[in-house]
Amino acid sequence: MATFITLLYYLMVAFFAACFIWNFRRSKNWQSEVLYLIVLLPFLLRLFRLK
Amino acid sequence: MKNRFIIRKVIFTAAFLLAFIFSGLSFYRSRHLKEPVVAGDGLLEVRKLSHYFPGLKGSLNDASVYILGKGDTGSADGAALVLGGSHAEEPAGRLAAWLLVENARLEKGRLFVILTANPSASTSTRPGGAYPPDYEISTPWGRQKFRQGDRWSNPLDQWPDPEVYIHYPSRQQLAYMDIRNQNRTWPGRPDGTMTEKTCYAMTQLIIKEKIDLVIDLHEAELQYPVISTIVAHQKGEDLAALASMMISGEEGFNIGVEYSPVALRGLSHREIGDHTQAIPLLLETPEPFLDATRGRTDRALLLTGKDEFVMKAGRHGLLFEKLDENGWPIDVRVGRHLSSIIQIFKVWTELHPERPILMENVPRYAEVISRGTGYYLKNPDLAPAGRLFYE
Repeated sequence: MATFITLLYYLMVAFFAACFIWNFRRSKNWQSEVLYLIVLLPFLLRLFRLK
Repeated sequence: MKNRFIIRKVIFTAAFLLAFIFSGLSFYRSRHLKEPVVAGDGLLEVRKLSHYFPGLKGSLNDASVYILGKGDTGSADGAALVLGGSHAEEPAGRLAAWLLVENARLEKGRLFVILTANPSASTSTRPGGAYPPDYEISTPWGRQKFRQGDRWSNPLDQWPDPEVYIHYPSRQQLAYMDIRNQNRTWPGRPDGTMTEKTCYAMTQLIIKEKIDLVIDLHEAELQYPVISTIVAHQKGEDLAALASMMISGEEGFNIGVEYSPVALRGLSHREIGDHTQAIPLLLETPEPFLDATRGRTDRALLLTGKDEFVMKAGRHGLLFEKLDENGWPIDVRVGRHLSSIIQIFKVWTELHPERPILMENVPRYAEVISRGTGYYLKNPDLAPAGRLFYE
């Protein structure tokens, strides 16, 4: 059960990371772009099991 | 205009990738740093915790158990288990255990040492805590690097946390993150989380090896009342009180005794005593690095224990242990642990001559302060065949 919940959390992290990348691509405001990238960093570190 | 957007996004993406690669490499290296252990003449065998509970096999927390003794491992003399790194961010405990494995010789009895009782916690540092990833101890042959670690298991190995952690088997409700705190998950359970399974494996070790004494090595912030003390289960009250007197009389420092609260569950000094035949004792030394009011959280603070902000808290009467300009150097903290262990074994043997634990060649408090912790660490490049291990 715990493994299944962990897997769901990783899927959630992947989904939000994809959303941030998508929003970064579409954004035309430089401050929003920086914001999306800053928020993306911990999501990718978790997704790649680095932190 | 469109080109300007594209150039900006490329620059931002490059900067992001740089930050991601740099931080990712730093975290990866820290998590996979190998720490050498050169076992001394007293080593009989190294086992894995999964030897006692196969359910831990393949897990990062399948910790190494160093067995020291004379003769065979099934001796009828006394047996003790020393735990370092239950909280990996408390380095004096790990280093004291390191010196035991590299130096101790057992004339009677067996000594089981786990240098990193929660390996997962040693691979992470506290988010937002600005902890250094590692630290180095100077030795006569160079510098030996150790992982800094954290209080809790790494979320990469156990995630997510529940809303409320319900301790097994008491069902007491504890803080959510303490489900990753190895000193809140005793006695553990075979079908629990990784941290609970680790405690369960150690509980099985204690039962199967007929361990008499368990000494759990910790450090504490100076703003926490349980400090410079031996925390004892009621089974070990006499032993702890006598050891405290011997330490104060012979070793050159004072250490108090606290009794393990019956209502506070999950701690080693409570659950090991309640669920096994062993007497658990938990030792605390002062570590200003852990205080919430500390200043810059760097390697120097970790190793010297000097901090002007914690000192200021002391001037306002907010500390439970003194702190002056000398700080609390790592050698003092390691020496306190080692002398405490020496005296506890001595008192145990006097009280239980039928189950003696006689240990030699372990540096005492005054010696560690005089020569430094690193003096007693052995050079892995000169390790005899079969004596070099990695944590």
